[in-house]
Amino acid sequence: MGGYILKRLVSAIPVLLGITVIVFLIMAMIPGDPATAILGAYATPENVAKLNRDLGLDAPLAQRYFIWLGNMLSGDFGRSYSLNRPVLDEILERFQATLILAGISFVLCSVLGILAGVVSAARQYGLADKAITFTVLIGISVPSFFLGMMMILLFAVNLRWLPVSGMFAIYGGGDLPDLLKHLVMPAVALSVVATGVIARLSRSAMLEVLRQDYIRTARAKGVPERRVIMGHALRAAMVSIIPVLGIQAGFVLSGSVYIEMVFQWPGIGRMLVDAILKRDILLVQGGVVFVAACYVIFNIMVDVAQSLLDPRIKT
Amino acid sequence: MSHFLSLLFRNRLAALGGVVLAAILLMVLVTPLLPLQDPDITNTADRFLRPFSEGHLLGTDHLGRDLLSRLLWGTRLSLAVGIAAALIAGVIGSAIGITAGYFGGRTDNVIMRAVDMLMAFPYILLALAIVAALGPGLMNALVAVAAVNVPFFARNIRGVTVGLAGREFIDAAKLAGMGHLRIILVELLPNVLPVIIIAMSTTVGWMILETAGLSFLGLGSQPPQADLGSMLGEARAALITAPHTSVVPGVMIFLIVMSINLLGDGVRDALDPRLRSGALTRPRATTLVDRKGELPAPADDLLAIQDLHTQFHVGDRVYKAVGGVSLSVQPGECLGVIGESGSGKSVTALSVMGLVASPPGVITGGAVRFQGEDLVGAPYEALRRKRGDRVAYIFQDPLSTLHPLYRVGDQLAEAIRAHHAISREEARTRAVELFRAVRIPNAESRIDNFPHEMSGGMRQRVGIAMALANDPDVIIADEPTTALDVTVQAQILSLLDDLRRDRGLAIIFITHDFGVVAQLCDRVAVMYAGRIVEEGPTGAVLAAPAHPYTGRLIACVPELGQGRRELAAIPGLPPAVDRLPAGCAFAPRCDKATEICRQGEVALSGTDSRAVRCHFPEEAVA
Repeated sequence: MGGYILKRLVSAIPVLLGITVIVFLIMAMIPGDPATAILGAYATPENVAKLNRDLGLDAPLAQRYFIWLGNMLSGDFGRSYSLNRPVLDEILERFQATLILAGISFVLCSVLGILAGVVSAARQYGLADKAITFTVLIGISVPSFFLGMMMILLFAVNLRWLPVSGMFAIYGGGDLPDLLKHLVMPAVALSVVATGVIARLSRSAMLEVLRQDYIRTARAKGVPERRVIMGHALRAAMVSIIPVLGIQAGFVLSGSVYIEMVFQWPGIGRMLVDAILKRDILLVQGGVVFVAACYVIFNIMVDVAQSLLDPRIKT
Repeated sequence: MSHFLSLLFRNRLAALGGVVLAAILLMVLVTPLLPLQDPDITNTADRFLRPFSEGHLLGTDHLGRDLLSRLLWGTRLSLAVGIAAALIAGVIGSAIGITAGYFGGRTDNVIMRAVDMLMAFPYILLALAIVAALGPGLMNALVAVAAVNVPFFARNIRGVTVGLAGREFIDAAKLAGMGHLRIILVELLPNVLPVIIIAMSTTVGWMILETAGLSFLGLGSQPPQADLGSMLGEARAALITAPHTSVVPGVMIFLIVMSINLLGDGVRDALDPRLRSGALTRPRATTLVDRKGELPAPADDLLAIQDLHTQFHVGDRVYKAVGGVSLSVQPGECLGVIGESGSGKSVTALSVMGLVASPPGVITGGAVRFQGEDLVGAPYEALRRKRGDRVAYIFQDPLSTLHPLYRVGDQLAEAIRAHHAISREEARTRAVELFRAVRIPNAESRIDNFPHEMSGGMRQRVGIAMALANDPDVIIADEPTTALDVTVQAQILSLLDDLRRDRGLAIIFITHDFGVVAQLCDRVAVMYAGRIVEEGPTGAVLAAPAHPYTGRLIACVPELGQGRRELAAIPGLPPAVDRLPAGCAFAPRCDKATEICRQGEVALSGTDSRAVRCHFPEEAVA
């Protein structure tokens, strides 16, 4: 097992390098002079020239890439000009907030989605199935940012159950209950679409599995139906559900950008959007590489989970 | 194509999606012709007018601009950008995919590696990076969304192309000296095009949503120009005071995305043949029962199948798989049930414990009595308690009938624990004993194997051990040796025979092989087209088959050391059970058939122990 994890980690290295190359190449597309883009249109020519030297921007493309990569590997992501602090410090701080939001949403959509799919399949064409199918249909069609806004209107403004936005109350907040209260709406809004997608997939995966001969065997043994569904069938269906969870994690992470904007959540998505609007290129570059790298690592964990679940995978 | 369309529109939801989408498309097409106010004219005196205000059907926004006009123009822009993004992504992605798939080898390898890298990003990161580089703006957002979706098309289209590139017509074109570009455009593209179009139509909703999202973040369309996303983004500041400015564009995005989703689902369902046949329904815990008429009187046999009727209801068709079968077994007895594929023997066996897949299976008549108690009408829990405990099954092909992800020992232990409250350790000990009883070598280590780690013969022994787990009264073995080679088959048969003698259990043995019946069974019943055509002691039936069909079936068995006996295949095919002929079902294939064979019911005549369903039996039965 340990060997397999190591093997997968090693195989991630080219992917991680590829990510840096892609981000680097995209950033090299910046029209005109990057130093001017960073310093703004009113920078003095001396400052532009100095920054070009500092950033190594006067060097050839390939050389610049390796300087940049070397710096990142030594923990130097550069300095954000708009925030005037090291990019990595800002990223690490913001990423925590995103991790809390996206993490909870991911757990929420996985659990609810699979559960809904299982119930839907077990009660195929029944009332529960129809209700779930209909809800899922609506759920996957609502843009998360619109849903978030409507939730604010209903639960924060009209019913006053939950705080409008932010991660903590400005006065007297900061503890766990306060965080949870602030987390409810963004986490739900973020997980709705993924829940729907996972529910749909789980339903069809369960239907596929329930027709298999080994399910008939379990029934012929006299295994109670609840265990046939939640044990035998779900266990087998998980083999096709797990990879989709990995994909959906990417969508939850992507969606968190919108949700962070709607709920003023101080995460990395909002940081990226602000950075783009302020043309803080180094911050964008660092943030994108960092989050993409985390996502690659996460997908390795998904693969490992898959191999634990399916003994037929050679480890 | 027309078949596809009729399927699509028979799906009410898909039709609804189509209608909504068509209405929206029509609206944005005629927008320039409508007497609307200029969407960009501001009038701060009329800010945040509510819907249904005079002159402003949907009210006004934070600058006093008419919302209806902005909505229609914004929808037009959003749709145009989304469709453009889908077209660009589709064309570029497909070109890359076709190139990779057609040339293969190194080209393919390099391209697909790059595609994998791009797909390693959560999509929005890539889009944000591109917008960061190019700067915010609607065109740049369009480029970003298209670029992010290129890998999706490249991968899908490559898959299709690889399948086509190896086909003969491509080779023929190459031999005819056609250039690569020409082959791709003339031979390949027409075949890939439908896939490209379907992929585009299913992703266009997604792309509309993504561009709206970027605009919402302020990275797409810039004021005063507004698509639905930026309308929503601008309205966010006044969400609390003037919610209608958010609701209007939000609902429109929702309607567009939902109608495209509905249509996309409809397209997918119409194209997926498995859904069309209704095969993707899950079988229920027990077979549906819909019996009419009176139940047969209780019998005192150990297990008695009485006038059983089991049908499959698929759409309007009724397949009469079992049409009135009666069988019985006593303790220690082995009854063989023999017939060709489709004769209804497996369905009969599965009906006993309500294991016929349902839908489509329905038990429409008769009874199955175990020690006098009717199992067909029994409630689920009563049936479950007997399944595997009193009546156990051994199935054909143990690779598909054992759970692939559970250890065989656990599957065996579960069979016991489903009926007896014993500890895990006890169950494990018992599992080892059972493995020994069915002569699996190294039982202690074998119980930790997964099914795929065992040979076919060993897996079948696991299946038998599982059936024996609770010391049942009856074992129903449904072709348990068909998937095995001859020597293993002989071992399994003698194993079953020993167990029967040692434990006094009754066996119903389903097979299509008279050789197996001769070796194991006391009595045999021959099934044809869902009915029993002959029944009797094995020796008597083998020595003097009464029904012409039985005679033919015995003639199919090659005998060792009997020289060059001619193997007689039976001409013709068994009848389809949804169109059974009147009279004897075997008549169309029988040389002795006359007019009376083709009309009316042919009754089973003879005694309880020896009977035949034929007007002209080969041997008189008494």
